[in-house]
Amino acid sequence: MIPLSHFLIIGALLFSISAAGIFLNRKNMLIILMCIELMLLAVNINFIAFSHFTQNIQGQVFVFFILTVAAAEAAIGLAILVVLFRNRGTINVQELDQMKG
Amino acid sequence: MGEVMNFSLATPEIFLLFSTCAVLLLDVFLSDKCRTFGYMAALLAMIATAFLVVSSFGIERSFAFNGMYVLDNMSVILKVSVLLVVIATFVYARSYLIDRNIFKGEFYTLSMFATLGMLIMISANTLLVIYLGLELLSLSLYALVAFRRDDGRASEAGMKYFVLGAIASGMLLYGMSILYGLSGSLELKGVAAYVASQQIMHNMVLLFGLTFIIVGLGFKFGVAPFHMWVPDVYQGAPTPVTMFLGSAPKIAAFAMTMRLLVNGMEFGAAGWQQMLIPLAVLSMVIGNIAAIAQSNLKRMLAYSTISHMGFVLLGILSANEQGYSAAMFYAITYALTALGGFAVIILLSQSGIEAEELEDLRGLNERHPWYAFMMMLFLFSMAGIPPLVGFYAKLAVLQATVQAGFIWLAVLAVTMSVIGAYYYLRAVKLMYFDKPVESSTISMGFSFNTLLAGNGFLVVILGLFPGLLMALCVEAVKMSL
Repeated sequence: MIPLSHFLIIGALLFSISAAGIFLNRKNMLIILMCIELMLLAVNINFIAFSHFTQNIQGQVFVFFILTVAAAEAAIGLAILVVLFRNRGTINVQELDQMKG
Repeated sequence: MGEVMNFSLATPEIFLLFSTCAVLLLDVFLSDKCRTFGYMAALLAMIATAFLVVSSFGIERSFAFNGMYVLDNMSVILKVSVLLVVIATFVYARSYLIDRNIFKGEFYTLSMFATLGMLIMISANTLLVIYLGLELLSLSLYALVAFRRDDGRASEAGMKYFVLGAIASGMLLYGMSILYGLSGSLELKGVAAYVASQQIMHNMVLLFGLTFIIVGLGFKFGVAPFHMWVPDVYQGAPTPVTMFLGSAPKIAAFAMTMRLLVNGMEFGAAGWQQMLIPLAVLSMVIGNIAAIAQSNLKRMLAYSTISHMGFVLLGILSANEQGYSAAMFYAITYALTALGGFAVIILLSQSGIEAEELEDLRGLNERHPWYAFMMMLFLFSMAGIPPLVGFYAKLAVLQATVQAGFIWLAVLAVTMSVIGAYYYLRAVKLMYFDKPVESSTISMGFSFNTLLAGNGFLVVILGLFPGLLMALCVEAVKMSL
């Protein structure tokens, strides 16, 4: 039987990778969107693991909601990305600097 | 309580959901000439929802949906303020939207969905419902910020808001997952029972989870050091959206913090107090000092929001009844004042000009003394000059802070308010003592003028007689604890 801590470590690792991906990434906006998805999925692993080990079904219900919301979020993110590309002709993170101060 | 569904308690939300869908459908069948019908329908729906909310005022704290949804006086007061602020936003926004040919159904339906999200957040009683309400609010706001499709700055602002908002949700969720794992319950009551049984300062895992929750809340509130998105989004979004973004969601953010930190983790106060102190200090310092350097009016108000949110946190971190009610009073009255400030920006942006520089305020008194006077009221209230409402709100928060024993924090807050007064007074000076560059006349419709006058009147009257609203806040907080 795999202990709970292993699942939590996987979740934490995935979460850290996604956070690092968002903050280190200086190039493509799409990679940021992918990292955001990864972040939500890392949370899902946590919820599932806790739910299984505490024999409490609520956590799994939460995961379904997170998955649904993540889909809606990705849809809106990509829509904004398309609008941005139309207006600017680029999705380079470094070129998003029209507003400063 | 407990095992019953009690749909009737959630009547306002259910009504708002259905009427939003109806407005969405109605808008499809309207030609561009009769968009006003859609606007009227949206307004009517919001007003009816407000009445439904008010009708449940005064009942005792009750639960619906097996304890997932809570209705108490605090939620009623916060919901009514959110609805009134959104209604005012609709009326203010109308002329701007018509002028720029974006008077479409999207603005109203998205705002209504965002409002629904706020109402759900305010009444949430489990981690799941808090998350769902928050996402309904955030997703609508991302779309609203970017909804002017041909504007490069708006879409850039939308993208930035989306990315940072999504990170915030991720952080909040991670914290929630740890809370869930520790307490074995998604209900705030279960979380509270777990936290009460622990010594928070000796429970590293609980502190770890709490940190993520605070970071998530910080992003949503827009307090330093998680404030990076605020100025860009305020500047880039169309002014009515900025107005929407800068007023009602602040009340909802306060409600979410109350539910999570106070209802859920009241016995962990020793832990979150220490985490909120640096956030409050940094927001007051960064907000007020960075605002001085701004030449863009919307950016300046964004930094001013950051500092005001620092004040709200100051009230919450006092962790006593007086502090919570002061923070509640502050959040509501700040939303009211910000509404007025942005309304004046909207009325300056007429006939295709985007008035967003401080320079655009120059000589407003000569162009239109009444509007200049109104703007002066709002700016003075934000600066905290008596007898306006901002002064009393600040005073109440400071009293609570001192009572909780954080005298140094109160001193710092006062010092920062004095620094902050500089940039508000600079704007007033531009309006009253400088010659106007622009000479075009400003005129607005009847509903706009009436509402603006009413808004200014409220800022004065609540400042002179804060007792009633404050008593309501105290009562509501007592009941929800």
